[in-house]
Parts: sequence; C-alpha cells; structure tokens
Amino acid sequence: MSRYLARYMVSRYFSSVPSRPLHVCVVGSGPAGFYTADKLLKAHEGARVDIIDRLPTPFGLVRSGVAPDHPETKIAINQFSRVAQHERCSFYGNVKLGSDLLLSELRDLYHVVVLAYGAESDKDLGIPGETLSGIYSAREFVWWYNGHPDYSGLKPDLKSTDTAVILGQGNVALDVARILLRPTTELASTDIARHALSALEESSIRKVFLIGRRGPVQAALTAKELREVLGIKNVHIRIKESDMSVTPADEEEMKNSRARKRIYELLSKAAAAAGTSKSDPDQRELHFVFFRQPDRFLESNERKGYVSGVNLEKTILDSTESGKQIAVGTGEFEDLNGSLMLKAIGYKSVPINGLPFDHKKGAVPNVSGRVVSQTLENLSQTEPGLYVCGWLKRGPVGIIATNLYCAEETVGSISEDIEKGVFKSSKAGSKGLMQLLEKREVKKVDFSGWEKIDAKEQQMGNERNKPREKLVTWKDLLAAAAAN
Amino acid sequence: MLGHRISRFGSAIVKQLAREGYLSATYGTRNLQRSYGHYLPSLPMVQRQTRTSQEAFFLNNHRFYTASATSSDETEKITIIFVDKDGEEIPVKVPIGMSVLEAAHENDIDLEGACEASLACSTCHVIVMDTEYYNKLEEPTDEENDMLDLAFGLTETSRLGCQVIASPELDGVRLAIPSATRNFAVDGFVPKPH
Ligand SMILES: Cc1cc2nc3c(=O)[nH]c(=O)nc-3n(C[C@H](O)[C@H](O)[C@H](O)COP(=O)(O)OP(=O)(O)OC[C@H]3O[C@@H](n4cnc5c(N)ncnc54)[C@H](O)[C@@H]3O)c2cc1C
Ligand SMILES: NC(=O)c1ccc[n+]([C@@H]2O[C@H](COP(=O)([O-])OP(=O)(O)OC[C@H]3O[C@@H](n4cnc5c(N)ncnc54)[C@H](OP(=O)(O)O)[C@@H]3O)[C@@H](O)[C@H]2O)c1
Ligand code: FES
Repeated sequence: MSRYLARYMVSRYFSSVPSRPLHVCVVGSGPAGFYTADKLLKAHEGARVDIIDRLPTPFGLVRSGVAPDHPETKIAINQFSRVAQHERCSFYGNVKLGSDLLLSELRDLYHVVVLAYGAESDKDLGIPGETLSGIYSAREFVWWYNGHPDYSGLKPDLKSTDTAVILGQGNVALDVARILLRPTTELASTDIARHALSALEESSIRKVFLIGRRGPVQAALTAKELREVLGIKNVHIRIKESDMSVTPADEEEMKNSRARKRIYELLSKAAAAAGTSKSDPDQRELHFVFFRQPDRFLESNERKGYVSGVNLEKTILDSTESGKQIAVGTGEFEDLNGSLMLKAIGYKSVPINGLPFDHKKGAVPNVSGRVVSQTLENLSQTEPGLYVCGWLKRGPVGIIATNLYCAEETVGSISEDIEKGVFKSSKAGSKGLMQLLEKREVKKVDFSGWEKIDAKEQQMGNERNKPREKLVTWKDLLAAAAAN
Repeated sequence: MLGHRISRFGSAIVKQLAREGYLSATYGTRNLQRSYGHYLPSLPMVQRQTRTSQEAFFLNNHRFYTASATSSDETEKITIIFVDKDGEEIPVKVPIGMSVLEAAHENDIDLEGACEASLACSTCHVIVMDTEYYNKLEEPTDEENDMLDLAFGLTETSRLGCQVIASPELDGVRLAIPSATRNFAVDGFVPKPH
C-alpha cells in the first residue's frame, strides 16, 4: 500500500467515525507546537488538537525570544494564528503542565500528548563566581527586553559601567550585543518593552565584548545576523588580525560548510576594515574575542557580592576523531573587566515529573519524536501516546524553520502509530480538560482572550508609533484577556 | 464569504471538495509582500490531498488565476512541476512573473512561507531537480544565500521559493519540496553538510 494511500485510509478511519475523534494535546505554543498542530490537522481529519501554554500569550520564543528589531521574522505568527483558528484546534493559555496539570492526567485525557514546551532554563558554565550579582543569562536578559512577564522586573544595571561582556558567540549573543549597541532611536519604533527602552536610553554601555572559546571558523553565529551587526550605525568592529589566521583543519571545515566559509569571509573583511574609522563622541565598539574560555568571575573589591570582571583562559583547537575541533586551555590567563556579564552559552529544558529526561543534553530522549522510557541492549522502549517536538526534543538549537521539519518527523511517527492501531481506547479530550481546569480553578485564556491582549497591545503601540506595546505583567495580561 | 470564494472554483470542484471534507480547511487570504503585487488578493488555501482534485482544478478551470488577477487573461504561463513530500509530481500552470512560493500557495502545494517572502525564514526552500534549469536562474543574492545557509536539507541546487520568479526559460522546471521523512533518490539531490 502506498504511503499516501495508507495515510488517506487512516484519516478516513478517524473521520468516518465522528464519535471517535483522535484527541491530541500539544503542550507549548511555540513554533514546534504550532507546526505539530498544523501537520496533525492536515494529515488527520479526525484529529482534535488542544494547544496549552503556561503563558496567557501564544507563540513561544517568536514573541519572547526573537529580537524586537526583527519584525519580519515574527510574521510567522500569521500562519500560527490561522492554525489556532482552525475549527478543530483550540488554544488554552495560562495553563501550566507540571503545576496546573500533571503529565499523567493529560495522558489519561488524550490519545496523543506532544510535549513542545521548549527550553526555559540555562546551561551553566560551572566556574567559580557564577552566582555574583551583575551576571545574567542571556535568556533572562532577552525575556526582560521582550517583556516576558516572568522577567519584566529584572532591572539589569546598565548605568554603572561602559563595558558589557557576553560569553558565547551564537545568535543569541549577537542579538543581545545588537540590542545593547543599536541606537535607541532605532529601537523606539520596535515592539521592545517600554521598561527596556527607557533603560537602554540611559545606558552607559559603549563597549561590548563577544567571547568565543573557539575561532572565527567555528563561531556559532550565522551570516545574516553577523552582516546585520556589522552594519549598525556608529559601531566600530574590533577583531584581532592574529585571530583570523587559519589552520589546515580550519580550511577543511570551511570546505565542508559553505555557511562557515561565508561567515569567516565576513569576519575577515570586518577585521581588515577595523581601525580605519575616525573617533566620534557617540562611538560604540563591538569586540569579537576568539580563543578565550571563561575560567572564573572576579568579585568587586568595592561592592561585595558583585562581579567586576572575568578571568579568561587562552585556548587552542584540538581535532577530535569526528573531525570537530574543540577548545583546550593553554594555561595562560588574562582578566577582562566589566560589571555586566551575560552568559549566552545555550539554553536547557526543564524536566517535569513522570517524563524521561536526559540531564546531560537537557532534552527528552526520543526516537523520531517518540519518548523513550528506557533503552535495553540497543532496543528503545517508547512511551505509548507520548511524543516530543522542538527544542525539548532536539536540544536548544535551530531556527524557527527547523521546527517545521522536526514537527514533520514527530507527526510522521504519530501517523505510523495510528496506522498500527495504538489508540483504541476512548478518551475524554477537551471536555475532560475543561472539567479538570474548572475543578482546579485555573483561569484559562483561550484564543479570543489572546486576541483581546493583542488588540490592546496594538492600540497602545499605535499611540507610541510602535507595532505594539507589550503588556509585561501577569496581572495586566490576565486583566486584558478577561476584559469585555 | 465562503460562497463567494467557491464561485471562483466551479461547482464540480466544490462538490469534490465538499465530499472530501476540504471545505473546513479554508484559510484567510495571504499577504505576500514581494514580487507579485497584483496577485495579492489570493485564493483561499484549501487542503490538497488527492491528485484528482488537483487535476480537477485544471480540467475544470483553466482560468484559475483570472478570477483573482486583474489582467491575466493574456498573461503567458509556464508549467512548473512540484515534487511534493511524498515524491508525487504535480504540474501547475504559473503566470510569468509570479514567485514559486505564490504559485505553490495558489495550487495548495504544501510549501511554507513563514515570513511571507521577507527573506527571513527559509521555510520556502525548494530544490531544483535538474542542474540545467538551476543554471538558468539568476544567481542568488547574498541575502538569499544567508537564508539558504540555514535551509533544511540544503543541496547544490537549492533556492528559496519566494525569490524564484516564473520566467519563460523555466517552463517545465521540476522543484522538490524537502521532506524530513523522505529523501529524494533523484538527480540533483545532494544533501550538504552544515
Ligand atoms: C533569544 C532568541 C532569539 C531567536 N531568534 C530567532 C530568529 O530571529 N529567527 C529564527 O528563525 N529563530 C530564532 N530563534 C530560535 C527559535 O526561537 C526556536 O527555534 C524556537 O522558538 C523553538 O521552538 P519551540 O516551540 O521548541 O520552543 P519555544 O518557542 O520556547 O516554545 C515553548 C512554549 O512552551 C511554553 N511552556 C514552557 N513550559 C511550559 C509548561 N510547563 N506548560 C505549558 N507550557 C509551557 C512556553 O511558554 C512557550 O510558549 C531564537 C531563539 C532565541 C532563544
Ligand atoms: N536570528 C536568528 O536566526 C537566531 C537568533 C537567536 C537564536 N537563534 C538560534 O537559536 C539557537 C540557540 O542559540 P544560542 O546562541 O543560544 O546557542 P548556540 O548557537 O549553540 O551558541 C552557543 C555559544 O556558546 C558557546 N558555549 C557553549 N558552552 C560554552 C562553555 N561552557 N564555555 C564557553 N562557551 C560556551 C558556544 O561555543 P562552542 O561553539 O565552542 O560550543 C557558542 O559560541 C541557535 O541555533 C541559533 O541559531 C537564531
Ligand atoms: S518565505 Fe521566508 S524566506 Fe521565503
């Protein structure tokens, strides 16, 4: 039987028995959640999909991660909204898995549970001084400037220093650097949170250091974002020419990846152009520092408990068997002063009760999206009806588009399991969820509640020449959603 | 509203769509910003699941676009053959000047376009199946290459559907939509390391 025919017959099976729809719950309304819902609705006419999210607002990191000066990236929200408005799909915000609901309860209520709740904690450096004040994870800082209700009160101090040190050279590091350096007149017309714009307007940060433990050929950032930061008005780029020399192993890496090669070329050009600029009073500097790994944070003598700098160890690259080059310390150290430190070394998912979890990877063990409970002699045992997608499945890497293909794989597994006849028992679905939420007095925010928040934010934005002015507290969000 | 949309399609198709339950899946009109402004008020999206309904579109309604476009009665059209995620080949008629992304959407081909042609997503990635056709295309710009670098399943002949515009030389081009669950065992599909 062709794949197509099989799929067609499966969808027939569910749709021709309307009394037995396939009840699906997707946890998390980021790109992974929405792409999963979209593909399930398209593939199975009998599927009814409920998407829950702990926030009153949908769209995950597209709302709270993607930088305010990237409105074109946020257009993805249009497609997600169409999915949410599909007649067989519902969105319930302000419902948190792990506290409002247990995983076991969801699995009792639905045939299929797809966990797509992202990665809401941080990788640690595991070095001395990491808990000093003045050190933030990029996640916290990003959530602050994007008005996530959990971090809108962060109040990072941008006024006592002219230097910010960002550890890591991925795209999140670049986002943070750009927000710190971009003229605030340009940020003023974005959907940046108002508190962040005010703080940035008063910021004394003029120099930002981006610290990478490997070289320019291995930098985790991507070309589009690099090109953008290289082009910011009044920002002068500093790169040591000596860091730009390449080894045969680097050449090999570039031969195998056109992306790496193009990034290296952009950095080379910027390094060559550096220093030719004239100084001006509003000048800002962005330093790319390669081959340095953080060894410990330094505590201020004047202000106990506060960070005053970071001690960096110089590194060289060592080739591993897989061909990957990793950083190894040389035993040579140097200090870099600064009282604002931002760790942009990667996110990590949060485990929940009853869910298998790979603590090292910070993600859920799975085969093609099926959650693996244990592996015995290379045979993986999977949890029936339980799937993962997005950052929770793959670890915290990849762009919005990556989640599209990730969802395709997970939905492929679900379809195969439907074909195998895994989901025979009858389930309560949405109805059961509504009863449970009512019993627990959880005030869910449905999609029309979000639309009220959306309308209010756009209206407030309109008054300030911004696409929207975000509501940044739980109280304001819930009040707007409940308004008549 | 639905009735108004349907009148464009011809009743034969409506029956077929109704029979197969497609009508539930209509989406709002899309707002594609670039490349083909006057096709903007595009047709609603309907789920395409069978080849037959696809063919029915063309058999019953050659003037598929004339309903939504202002001037296209005389507009020249070429054939683009989409190779979908199941490997099925779907030929569609596309007016000169229209982007591949729009052509896909007009014909219910499952090609995303998350950023609606603002070169910020790479979800409109297509693979040109024959090098000969690939070489006829204008070189991608730096901006397109930046996005292509991140495209899933990048090949030597990958392009972004929102940047490729139908032109007479492209008549007959085959464009594959990359799939996470299926590899294309055909010429020109060379997964590239990232
Ligand atoms: C700072 C930053 C900027 C980025 N910028 C871009 C960009 O410009 N372009 C691009 O293509 N990609 C960008 N990305 C990557 C992109 O955002 C991710 O690939 C994508 O969001 C991951 O999708 P996800 O659905 O797995 O997770 P998320 O988007 O994080 O969605 C997870 C959702 O789950 C919810 N949730 C969490 N815990 C629970 C719980 N217990 N119960 C219920 N719900 C829960 C959260 O509220 C959230 O809505 C960026 C990432 C970051 C971190
Ligand atoms: N505009 C966009 O498209 C956009 C914007 C933001 C984010 N994103 C995507 O979101 C994903 C997450 O981004 P990210 O920046 O958080 O992660 P990332 O791309 O994985 O970058 C992490 C950075 O931290 C470094 N690092 C990790 N552990 C370290 C340690 N112990 N000590 C020192 N340095 C360490 C890494 O160096 P090594 O390489 O040596 O490990 C790398 O430079 C990425 O896929 C990114 O592309 C995209
Ligand atoms: S639609 Fe986003 S890059 Fe083409």
